[in-house]
Amino acid sequence: MALDRSYLEYPRRRYGMDHDRYDWSMLTDRSPVQWPGGKRLALWVNVALQFFPLNQQGKPFPPTGGMTTAYPDLRHYTLREYGNRVGIYRFLQAFDRFGVRPTFSVSARLAERYPCLLRRLAARGDEIACHGWHMDATHYGGLDPAAEEALIERSLRTLRSLTGQPVQGWLSPSRSQSANTPDLLAKQGVRYLCDWVNDDMPYGFRTGAGPMVAMPLSLELEDAFIIHGNLHSEKEYAEQVRDAFDFLYAEAAEQGGRMLALSLHPWVLGQPHRIGRLEEVLEYITAHEGVWCAPAGEICAAWQSAAR
Amino acid sequence: MREDPGLYDYWPYEGRPKIAWPGGARVALWVAPNIEFYELDPALNPHRKPWPRPVPDVAGYSTRDYGNRVGHVRMMRLLDKYGVRGSISLSTALCTHHPEIIEMCRERDWEFFSHGIYNTRYTYGMDEAQEREMITDAVETIRRHTGQQCAGYLAPALTHSEITLDLFAEAGGIYTCDLFHDDQPTPVRVRSGKRFVSVPYSLEMNDTIVYVVNKIEPRRYAEMLKANFDRLYAEGAHSGTVMCIPLHAYQVGHPHRLKAFEEALEYITGHPDVWVTTGREIAQHYLEHCYDAAVADIAARGGN
Repeated sequence: MALDRSYLEYPRRRYGMDHDRYDWSMLTDRSPVQWPGGKRLALWVNVALQFFPLNQQGKPFPPTGGMTTAYPDLRHYTLREYGNRVGIYRFLQAFDRFGVRPTFSVSARLAERYPCLLRRLAARGDEIACHGWHMDATHYGGLDPAAEEALIERSLRTLRSLTGQPVQGWLSPSRSQSANTPDLLAKQGVRYLCDWVNDDMPYGFRTGAGPMVAMPLSLELEDAFIIHGNLHSEKEYAEQVRDAFDFLYAEAAEQGGRMLALSLHPWVLGQPHRIGRLEEVLEYITAHEGVWCAPAGEICAAWQSAAR
Repeated sequence: MREDPGLYDYWPYEGRPKIAWPGGARVALWVAPNIEFYELDPALNPHRKPWPRPVPDVAGYSTRDYGNRVGHVRMMRLLDKYGVRGSISLSTALCTHHPEIIEMCRERDWEFFSHGIYNTRYTYGMDEAQEREMITDAVETIRRHTGQQCAGYLAPALTHSEITLDLFAEAGGIYTCDLFHDDQPTPVRVRSGKRFVSVPYSLEMNDTIVYVVNKIEPRRYAEMLKANFDRLYAEGAHSGTVMCIPLHAYQVGHPHRLKAFEEALEYITGHPDVWVTTGREIAQHYLEHCYDAAVADIAARGGN
């Protein structure tokens, strides 16, 4: 039996993208961006602080890094908790040592559960972005729009009230969105979102509630992707980050400002045998004069004024 | 369904007629960038899901889009630097979506061949007329946008029917990259009896297989490329071999992968007896100078 006739019809075979969220644009065709102070590379260190509920529903798919065994999966639950209890404090030491200004993408439910951790972060003055309600509250195609709107509202309200910050950045749990997610986020005051990984610079993103900025948080260079997903060694993780930095730093000298987005998880790199590799790459990168280490919101704002 | 695709006879690697590449080269090297377009919300095929997650699969879609927005130019500049003309395995709808990329490749006299319309439209379930329509659409699109007669085929997302190569040969094609059975070109049997060949396209050296399926670190990929080349170069002293490096700008075009790849490319192209060429040129040379001897040798050995 043949396929339905519509399978050989291509209604969106047209110039540009096959959707309206952003315009088609090659990085090399855009005007060079100048970072503040004439720096070449914006270093965005993004730390995901995540809550993975033990009673995971896994709807419509289990979250990245979530529970895998039959209930109760104490093994994965506590391995993730390790990051929030121990690993994060190793991160903070490393950041202070190398002058890194991180951005924390926090599950709202984690903030609610661990006010002590949140107070510690807020006292540092680092930027807090929203990482959804928790890791099992997935945004996905098919999620009821009213339910999603309520989920986003509750997540942002909780995090804003607990941090006293405007919370204008968003990273979806498992980087999953529904078709409505960007519209709902913009409607509730989110200015940038980090899920789309199609660029090495911020770019303009369209929503039904006004423009946003896409801040691509590199997935292929993420600690969990390389170490847990690809099973590469700690040494190989550090080599890849250094190679990425060297490449972008050189490219920026020719083509204008670039952004290196490091997505980190304290339950991955916060382990005793891994933290040294994170320190090693941060030391290497921050030793370069042309590096501007800034929170995501500042990079986003600098890009907006430079690209205007 | 058949026990065997019926496309070629068993033909041992030892004792074949010698392949002589132009200029006495030992290895014909071709680099095949896959320039692909994946649809965010494609029509559904009953035999294969386009995305692992519900639409919109933001991570999957935007990962591919990175190749066109960012990776392509990086990869292209590297190939320019080492004197390589790409042989593009093309999602032909990209001619309409991103003509800027097509123009850059056309200016460089790169080859364009068909990798279907979109990499999210699969051959599975098509009847003969539908598959012919898809193939004709791709061949015509390449002709219209580049002026080239499409010579080669790599089925979209490596999805085939039993008659894919028959239909492509009838549409004027001369070679396929869909078969991984050899390190030299081989004759391929098509129902029309046309002269049609397989040009080796290595999955083992394919950056997507390397990075996504085998999860190999970038510096080891460079070592694999060099080792693959070294052996084919050594064996090529006796009879010409083919090395193919299939690429995807959304894989190799990342900042943490380009340095290692460049090192391998520099090493390989630094050897004197390498014919740096395209898929089409390999197929044409083979058809003109090697095909008849190959068919005679295969027949003399009695086939399967």
